[in-house]
Order: sequence, then structure tokens, then C-alpha cells
Amino acid sequence: MHEEIMIAGFGGQGVLSMGLLLAYAGMFENKHVSWIPSYGPEMRGGTANCLVAVADEAISSPLFSEPTTLMVLNRPSLEKFERDLMPGGLLIMNSSLIDMEPKRRDIRIFKVPANTLARERLGSEKVGNMILLGAYLAFSDLVRENSVTQALVKVLPEHRHHLIPLNRQAIELGRELAGSGSRRVHRNAV
Amino acid sequence: MSKALMKGNEALAEAAVRAGCRFFFGYPITPQNEIPEYLSWRLPEVGGVFIQAESELAAINMVYGAAGSGARVMTSSSSPGISLKQEGISYIACSELPCVIVNMMRGGPGLGGIQPSQGDYFQAVKGGGHGDYHLLVLAPGTVQEMADLAFKAFALADEYRNPVMILGDGILGQMMEGIELPEFQDLSELPPKPWATTGAKGRERNIINSLYLEPEVLEQVNLRLQDKYRLMAERETMAESYLTEDAEIVLAAYGTAARIAKAAVDKARAAGIRAGLFRPITLYPFPKYELRRACQTASQVLTVEFSAGQFVEDVRYHLEFKVPVHFYGRVGVVPTTKEILEEVVRLAGSQGRSQNSEVRSQNSEFRIQNEGF
Repeated sequence: MHEEIMIAGFGGQGVLSMGLLLAYAGMFENKHVSWIPSYGPEMRGGTANCLVAVADEAISSPLFSEPTTLMVLNRPSLEKFERDLMPGGLLIMNSSLIDMEPKRRDIRIFKVPANTLARERLGSEKVGNMILLGAYLAFSDLVRENSVTQALVKVLPEHRHHLIPLNRQAIELGRELAGSGSRRVHRNAV
Repeated sequence: MSKALMKGNEALAEAAVRAGCRFFFGYPITPQNEIPEYLSWRLPEVGGVFIQAESELAAINMVYGAAGSGARVMTSSSSPGISLKQEGISYIACSELPCVIVNMMRGGPGLGGIQPSQGDYFQAVKGGGHGDYHLLVLAPGTVQEMADLAFKAFALADEYRNPVMILGDGILGQMMEGIELPEFQDLSELPPKPWATTGAKGRERNIINSLYLEPEVLEQVNLRLQDKYRLMAERETMAESYLTEDAEIVLAAYGTAARIAKAAVDKARAAGIRAGLFRPITLYPFPKYELRRACQTASQVLTVEFSAGQFVEDVRYHLEFKVPVHFYGRVGVVPTTKEILEEVVRLAGSQGRSQNSEVRSQNSEFRIQNEGF
């Protein structure tokens, strides 16, 4: 198993935290992991993305250029990174903030209106990123539920630990959506 | 022992503390700020001293002072800041004091940018400041090595009474990987430093100095330094060779560039090209025998660098110009695995043709040699 995941959006959407969660969860399962952040000098609102690799074997290059999975949280990220996704790769997109269609026909695509669902079903738009992450976990079986919960304890600062149940709910919602939507995804697959 | 997920900069800082570093003097600059940030709270916890100096010049001279008193001391900076420290580094090298200097390289020249770079290779391995001196230069390639080499750097600095530089880049500093941290060094086990300025009561005064006005005396100092560098070259070289036993093309790279090159080697092998990787871990002393061994079966070598071609000069020199050495580098942006692979395929292809046709062979060999040298 060798997964190369790119997550992109703007600063404040929790893009780097999503990647950290995957890296921690992978490490808890004794897999090799790497996480590289990339962001501008802004505190909020600039572009942000991260590269996460999770593998059974040692990771040769943590700087991959053809991710196996791409998660995009805003439109500029889709426009910029769609072309890099590996043929047959998985694209998960936040359709609440992306009002355009992907161009590629050789990839699997799953759309989640993450902001809308987070606001309406969970009462906080801030956990939209966790819905997308949950969807990814349903498709990939990369790490176990338990490892992700453990990872939340590491990634969230202590004064935010009361939000762990809400984050887990959001991940669960993403999983359910992906479960029911998986047939559509496979139809898109080449 | 359980693993920790850490940024390279933080892993390096914690390993330094575990190696017994109790003094840090520095001035902020991206992309190494996690090191001072971490040590600003960590050093006081272990009874150490963290000072954000008023400038890089002040910081390196504080290092000079602390090293002279026998302490394990470190400073860190990034390219433009390291340039500012060169005068102090030359003084420390001449005074034969142990210390650790971290350079997390960013793009240059000038203020350059904050993206990863390897443009300070010459500065690090050839001297940097004035005079005939060398640093011992270590080039980590993983977050684990950021910790391991930081730990080892303090022991090497003490052993040779010489400044040790850890040469990394912004990616190594900000990337996270799962690592195991070294155990704490028992400070009571460290060899004594009879030369240190620890208070001269009951003994001869120790003088730390880099000024030798008598020409013959200065020459003796220089000859002693050169002996020391020869000893380092005999005993301290480190390198990794990957799939080089039967390689027809060897990629040579260090640090983050070597990680990308390694992925390109894997892809080239998958495409049927016998590629291998040579990665020096000590850049000075240069692991020349390890390089020659790694290139024994190679008909060509390709260096991959985040620079306009610096490391390539040492590779050519140490292979004694017997193997064509090509260069692939980017300056400002980081090359992708794909573009390196394309270069490997192109080089392997040009050689494949030379074996098939005699006429072409002559032309193509001629071309390769022109490119190579």
C-alpha cells in the first residue's frame, strides 16, 4: 500500500489538519508516513496545501507530483491541481465552494457539499473538512476509525478536545455519504 | 520505543537538547524559525539558555564565547543569515572550538526567497569565510536523520574541536515524519575539555585566540588544521548507496534532492533502466571512495540539485573525470520526480543508441562527453 494524498484549499479551512490526521493515524498503525505543508505568509485566507504519504514501505520521496488522491476544498485548488492527479486517481471535491465541473474523464470523482452539510446537519461549518476526510476514509480503508480518533487527540490542541465528538460525527457523516455514493463514483471510473 | 511525528526543525532542536546542547543564540529567519521557537521554551526546562540576539553577528559571537567556555552550543539560520555569520565561523574554526551551526537553506542569491534550495553548497563545504578552514558538513535526508545527525554533530564537534554544520533546506525543516528520538546523553560521561576557559584558579591560563602575528606560528596552526581535516577524511565520511551494484546510470544527490532522485530511480528501474542512487551524508569530508564504489558499473552519472550546479563539480572531481557526469538542477523551484525520470530516460536512451550503431556511437559518445565535462 502506498497512498499519496494532496489536500488543497485556502488557509483556515483545516487543510493542513486533515493531512496531519492521516499522518498520525498512519503512524499509529506502524506505517511509514510523511507530511509536507505548503502555504503563503498570510495567517488566514491565503492558499494552503499539504502532501501526505502513507505507505507500508519506506517513503522514497515525500514530494510526489502525481497524487493518488486529491481533495480540493475550493475552486482555485481544483483549477490548479486537477491535472496532477494520477490517472484512475480519486478526486474528492467540496461542491459547496466549487461551482465548476472537473475536466478529467480518467479519474474517480466524488462531490460533497461539505460546508452546507456541516452547517445544516452539524451546526458548524468548521467541520466541513472532516466530512471530506470521512468520505476519503470510506473509499480508501487507509486507516482504522480508532486510529483517527487517537489522531484527533494529537492534532486538536487540548482546549479544543471538547470538539472531538463533533469532529467524529462529521467524519462519520462523510463515511455514510461516500458509502451511499460509491456506486456513482465507480461508474465514473475508467 | 514509540515514534513521534515531528517537523524536521523540531526533531533537530530536541535532539540537540538530548545531546547536551544548553546554549542557543540565534536571530529569526524563515524557514528555520521552528528551531529557535522550540528551543525558546525547551532550553529553560533543562536549565539551558536561549537568547534571541540583536543580529546574526551577535549570535555567532555569543556562540564563540560559549564554545570557548566548553559548553555544547548551537546556532541556526538560513542562507542570508549564514552569510552574515561567516566572519565569526572563521574565527571559531581558527580557534578550534566545537559548536554546531544549522543552515536550513533558502533560495538565493541576495535575500532570494523562502523556498527550498541547495545554493549554499560551495559556501558550506569550501570554507565560506576567509582563510584555509573547513567545517564538518552533515546533510540529513530524512526527519530521522535531522535528529540523528544533530545528536552526532555535537560529539563530532567536540572530538575534532571544529565547527560542524548541518546543511538542510526548508522542506526537511517543515516536513513531518515518524521518528525515534535519541536517548539523553549523560553529560557526566563527556570527555573533559582542558582547553576551555573555565576559570584559571590553580592552573595555567587558557587563551582562546585566532590572531597569530608570527608567520611561522601561523603556518604551524594552519598545518595542524590541515592534519585535522585529513583525519576527518579518513574516519568520518558517511554515504548511502541504493541499487548501485549493477547500475548503468547513477544519480548523485544529497538532502531533499536525494529523496526525489530515489523515487526517480525506483521509476527508472520499473521502466527497465538500471539506475541507482549515491547520497553523501557528509558533504565535507566528501565520501569519495564510497562514490567511486557506487559508480563502478556506471557509464554515466547524473547529479540532481536545487542549484545551478555546485555539487556536480565535486562529483566530477572525485570521479577524476573518468565517468561522464551530467547535471540536472532547478533554481528557485524544486524539480519533480517526473522531470528527473525524463532526464534519466533521455540519457539512458542516448547511450542505448550508441551501442546499436557504430557511426552514431562515435557521435553520441562525443556528445555525451561534451555535455559531461
